[in-house]
Amino acid sequence: MTAPLLDVSDLSVEFPQRRRRLQALDRISFTLEAGEVLGFVGESGAGKSLTGAAIMGLLEPPGRITGGRITLQGQRIDGRAETVRGRRIGMIFQDPLTSLNPLRTVGDQLVETIQIHLDMDADAAAVRAGELLDEVGIDRSRIGAYPHEFSGGMRQRIVIALALAPEPELIIADEPTTALDVSIQAQVLALLRRLCKERGAAVILITHDMGVIAETTDRVAVLYAGRLVETGHTAEVISAPRHPYTRGLMAATPNLDHVSVDTVLPQIPGSMPSLADLPPGCRFHPRCGDVMPVCRRTAASFAEGVACHLYNTQSPEAG
Amino acid sequence: MADKAYLQVSGLSRHFDISDPFLARLLTGGARRKLTAVDNVSFSIERGQTYALVGESGSGKSTIARMIVGLERPDSGSIRFDGRTAFDERQGQVQDNSLRQNLQMVFQSPYSSLNPRWRVGDILMEPIRAFDLIAEPQARRRRVHELLDQVGLSAQDAQRYPHEFSGGQRQRISIARALASNPQFIVCDEPTSALDVSVQAQVLNLLKQLQRDLQLTYLFISHDMAVVRVMAHRIGVLKNGRLVEENAAGPLIDAPQDPYTRMLMESTPRFAGGGATG
Ligand SMILES: Nc1ncnc2c1ncn2[C@@H]1O[C@H](COP(=O)(O)OP(=O)(O)OP(=O)(O)O)[C@@H](O)[C@H]1O
Ligand SMILES: Nc1ncnc2c1ncn2[C@@H]1O[C@H](COP(=O)(O)OP(=O)(O)OP(=O)(O)O)[C@@H](O)[C@H]1O
Ligand code: SF4
Ligand SMILES: [Mg+2]
Ligand SMILES: [Mg+2]
Repeated sequence: MTAPLLDVSDLSVEFPQRRRRLQALDRISFTLEAGEVLGFVGESGAGKSLTGAAIMGLLEPPGRITGGRITLQGQRIDGRAETVRGRRIGMIFQDPLTSLNPLRTVGDQLVETIQIHLDMDADAAAVRAGELLDEVGIDRSRIGAYPHEFSGGMRQRIVIALALAPEPELIIADEPTTALDVSIQAQVLALLRRLCKERGAAVILITHDMGVIAETTDRVAVLYAGRLVETGHTAEVISAPRHPYTRGLMAATPNLDHVSVDTVLPQIPGSMPSLADLPPGCRFHPRCGDVMPVCRRTAASFAEGVACHLYNTQSPEAG
Repeated sequence: MADKAYLQVSGLSRHFDISDPFLARLLTGGARRKLTAVDNVSFSIERGQTYALVGESGSGKSTIARMIVGLERPDSGSIRFDGRTAFDERQGQVQDNSLRQNLQMVFQSPYSSLNPRWRVGDILMEPIRAFDLIAEPQARRRRVHELLDQVGLSAQDAQRYPHEFSGGQRQRISIARALASNPQFIVCDEPTSALDVSVQAQVLNLLKQLQRDLQLTYLFISHDMAVVRVMAHRIGVLKNGRLVEENAAGPLIDAPQDPYTRMLMESTPRFAGGGATG
């Protein structure tokens, strides 16, 4: 068996504080194959962006990786992500302006990125830059324009072109379309998905929008309070979620084809705990309708795509 | 129909001057430029119902909302509440405290709209004082506790500051503040766009329950069609400041007539899961 493109195992991230350490990610494990789109969902503060930042080596101090390993094509990259960042792993953020230099033309920025990472002379890089613009649906005649001369959706497509320019193996896209209109969002996501499939690049797509997950990803990973609670094929997780938190999320998401003004949406009671105030055992237990005594004492280990005592045959009180 | 209308908006328009500053125009010889943000919009909302405005960013939704609550002056048209004029071209903006008291607004961001230095109790007390609704201090405090209870918070929460609450709880505080003046009409401009789905469900259910209990009338703005379908009795679709289609929610979503509405529907990501079936 060949190694997966990306293998993250038991990744833990902490923020040391004066008296204690905040455990922001607790032993997250997942794999990603070439050409696959993996979605990360979960409530605000669940640790989605942190997972992306840890892989990219972009954790802001004092945050640091305290355990686990990250391998790309069988090669460890935790602790030396700067050697792959930009070149083998591309990043797309919510606000395209954070990735673009307002004072330079998009053409210059593309040419520079290509030349830094690929062995190409200026003429070849300029030709490649034009091709990349074409690929993201922007007329190459606009290569001399500045970022502010484009609409929000066009800017995000330019950011995609920039991220793809060094021909990375993996793209991490953190809420790439949250700031865009639905009509433009659909175009941008379809483009990202198509280009990655064509090139065999894998994508980690971070979003809190279930519709985006449903339409764009092959597999999905659900995070809750810094722990992975469920993973699986997107269609299966959506149609038959197993973890009580995933079930709650799916039920609370209005389905355009099934709701009306008479609908009362099922809600998950309470809210996600802060890292400073995590409950013992299963971190979801204070909000869980299926809670058992064991859940208050110990967290279920992650097995067969879910971390919940309801599915864990090893758990003393489940069955 | 007409006598049941709580809000009636007719021929509402608003232009913005987006010219360069005077001096720059003088130097470059540039002309004045005008942007039509809202263009001859008319609709009405029945008492106790929700009317949703949808459309892309910049289509004029918030500008309409701000004109209706009196935060922005229309260039032309008229706005009537319950048969009383709030704005028309002859009288301009009618200054009427009892009218103001009946209109409230809940904004997208619960972070920026709550004063961080005030305790929640003081935030809720403010409209009660401003409109002189209750004189007696004991009764005022009871009212604050009642408001907190209505939005699912507890009396103790009156002593806490906004930053001590989660996003969804802060949006509940915004709703409680909107309710404090006993309004009949609330404009909700993207009230759940900044919230997670689990919290969004809590806030939407709360708004619907309050509507039933208090016979509230809502103007609801959202870019999420599924959320709009949960909330709205009628929907108006805005494009470049114009109402291109308007209908009862069911037919508008199931059989959109205007190509723009159809495009909006088709680009909405479909989520096929979900337990809610009505
Ligand atoms: N510098 C820091 N110090 C302490 N805690 C931090 C720091 N940065 C992030 N955190 C915490 O780490 C957790 C995960 O944050 P992260 O940004 O990954 O959330 P997210 O899932 O991306 O949420 P959102 O949907 O809001 O973007 C949060 O609880 C956050 O408060
Ligand atoms: N004070 C102002 N000065 C100039 N232009 C303005 C002003 N307020 C709004 N506009 C313009 O009017 C148009 C309508 O804006 P509005 O905020 O009503 O849109 P919206 O539909 O609420 O959009 P969004 O979904 O992004 O909130 C936009 O083109 C906007 O740029
Ligand atoms: S482990 Fe227990 S408390 Fe946690 S989700 Fe499963 S059943 Fe609920
Ligand atoms: Mg994030
Ligand atoms: Mg707006």
